[in-house]
Amino acid sequence: MAKILVACGTGICTSTMAVDRLKKELNARGKGNNITIVQCKVAEIPSKVNDVDLIVCTTQVSGNISKPVVSGLPFLTGVGVDKVIDEVIEKLGL
Amino acid sequence: MTDSKKMFREDLILFNMEAKDNKDAIEQLANKLLSKGIVKESFVEAIKAREDNYPTGLPTETIGVAIPHTDAIHVNEGALAIGLLKEPVAFQMMGMPEETVNVSVIFMMALNEAHGHLEMLQKLMGIFQEKELLIKINEAKTPEEIAEVLSDVI
Repeated sequence: MAKILVACGTGICTSTMAVDRLKKELNARGKGNNITIVQCKVAEIPSKVNDVDLIVCTTQVSGNISKPVVSGLPFLTGVGVDKVIDEVIEKLGL
Repeated sequence: MTDSKKMFREDLILFNMEAKDNKDAIEQLANKLLSKGIVKESFVEAIKAREDNYPTGLPTETIGVAIPHTDAIHVNEGALAIGLLKEPVAFQMMGMPEETVNVSVIFMMALNEAHGHLEMLQKLMGIFQEKELLIKINEAKTPEEIAEVLSDVI
């Protein structure tokens, strides 16, 4: 079971948009099973990073994050969605 | 009425906004929400501060947009305010603060539920990805024109 943490500044707005699109795109590729997606504020990443495999973030992340981080912007603008999904799949080894 | 229809109100649209910078534009829209009792007084400073820490400018295939918002504790009821700028103003790009986006339309969201409003957010994303819709909104002159564009999607 792969776990993805989706973060944005407030943990309620752009991360919600990103979660929705991420789920849709992963399902469309038949990779939606066995994935858990959790959502949080970017400030909460350090306290949650150990429990997840990958972070999708719509805003800048500062500090050292021990897990791979991919940009969540494509899920908001629609530009580059395929590429970022490729990246998620590759980094999770799905 | 769906959640997103309730959030969209014609009296929360500002046309021909003249703003000296992004903070000025955000303040004008936030004050509009405050004047209607939709947000608390603390919202105005909170949303400006948040824009500094987590910028919300988004480039789309056509015009630049921004989606300023802040924590639910500053909000009384969920609503969407729309601001059409006479001249674009520079916002920092979401996730890449070293880049700027010249923003023509601001969608300010007052979100009052921690994980709610998914429907509204989805609709907005849909609008950002439909060139024609965004251009129509940008060129609208009356609240009715915007309502008409949004009525199909929201």
